[in-house]
Amino acid sequence: MYAQMVKSTGAGVKSLDEMEPQERAFQERINAGDKIEPKDWMPEGYRKNLIRQIGQHAHSEIVGQLPEGNWITRAPTLERKAILLAKVQDEAGHGLYLYCAAETLGVTRDELTKMLLDGRMKYSSIFNYPTLTWADMGAVGWLVDGAAIMNQVPLQRTSYGPYARAMVRICKEESFHQRQGFDIMMTMAKGTDAQKHMAQDALNRFWGPSLMMFGPSDENSVHSAQSMAWKIKMNSNDELRQKFVDQTVPQAEYLGLTVPDENLKWNEEKGGYDFSQPDWDEFFDVLRGNGPETTERMEARNKAWDDGAWVRDGMMAHAAKKKAMKVAAE
Amino acid sequence: MSTNDWPLWEIFIRGAHGLSHRHVGSLHAPNAEMAIKNARDVYTRRKEGVSIWAIESSAIAASSPEDKGSLYDPADDKVYRHPTFFDIPDEVGAM
Ligand SMILES: [Fe+2]
Ligand SMILES: [Fe+2]
Repeated sequence: MYAQMVKSTGAGVKSLDEMEPQERAFQERINAGDKIEPKDWMPEGYRKNLIRQIGQHAHSEIVGQLPEGNWITRAPTLERKAILLAKVQDEAGHGLYLYCAAETLGVTRDELTKMLLDGRMKYSSIFNYPTLTWADMGAVGWLVDGAAIMNQVPLQRTSYGPYARAMVRICKEESFHQRQGFDIMMTMAKGTDAQKHMAQDALNRFWGPSLMMFGPSDENSVHSAQSMAWKIKMNSNDELRQKFVDQTVPQAEYLGLTVPDENLKWNEEKGGYDFSQPDWDEFFDVLRGNGPETTERMEARNKAWDDGAWVRDGMMAHAAKKKAMKVAAE
Repeated sequence: MSTNDWPLWEIFIRGAHGLSHRHVGSLHAPNAEMAIKNARDVYTRRKEGVSIWAIESSAIAASSPEDKGSLYDPADDKVYRHPTFFDIPDEVGAM
């Protein structure tokens, strides 16, 4: 998802009886549905895992602005441009809500940023793909934000209070994102042959990478089991991917577009679609830093940070000078 | 990398006239004026507020979770503070 393949530090999930009293009390609070707040005691593994997960999620929101930012100046109408601008601004907001939540765990935003910029922390694989045509703005909103919603809605119930509250704010804004994307797709799909072709091409390119957003199957993963016990992960990757496919296929049919999967078939027995797995070799290759746009994205983030340094420093200098003047006047 | 980290501010927003300010989150800004401007962009993009307070996080004093028991103890044995403690006969009417 926006946080993919987050590895936990624990070796496996302990039973309540194997835990020291403090840890047991902590786990019992989680089991009872209590929220954990910043000053509460928590196991080191829980803290570290959350920093990685929330940090990766925050980085994804920020880097995720780039593929869409690419089209702001070339939106087909002034209205589309204003909408896309508002959508991308929301994503900046999402990044900030999440950095705040991570900071309550004892890491600073600047430290997290540094780890993104030097490659120690990751962001979602999906943002390493290029946005080649205007139809991609439709596909991204419809599919990428759609997949993100699948994951974020259950995270509103996550055990860590600040994370859960950030998710509530984010979810309120996400359905605008998905709808504006679907609206673009509807217009394109009802348009000229060339537009319809662009819409189909965008779906073809984003379908697989969207399925990858949920991460590989984690049914047997110790990391996932621990995260689920801590309620910082609410569903298995396969479960969410299935839900996404079941929701999205009828929408594609409505658009008159074809999902690029020969094996896609309704399975009456399971009450869901059978579908092909995306190309997991490609996924791992992207995670290793070989995505089609990875270099571009990292360069853009580093450039923004470096070019903004004089602004950050100047504003601090100005604030210090004003403070000094105020002290002198008193 | 700049070592000039902007301080952290806690943001409180009054959602509508007549309501109290409520904590909505935090953000970084070089000073109070910028904290309020940033809060407008981060927390009120959909008219979520009519008034914003910003206070530097380091200026906030907070009770600690370990106080849970002792800090609130004095309230435990004063059930008479709740109106339901008193039985008023039905004949008296609404009170
Ligand atoms: Fe977002
Ligand atoms: Fe979004």
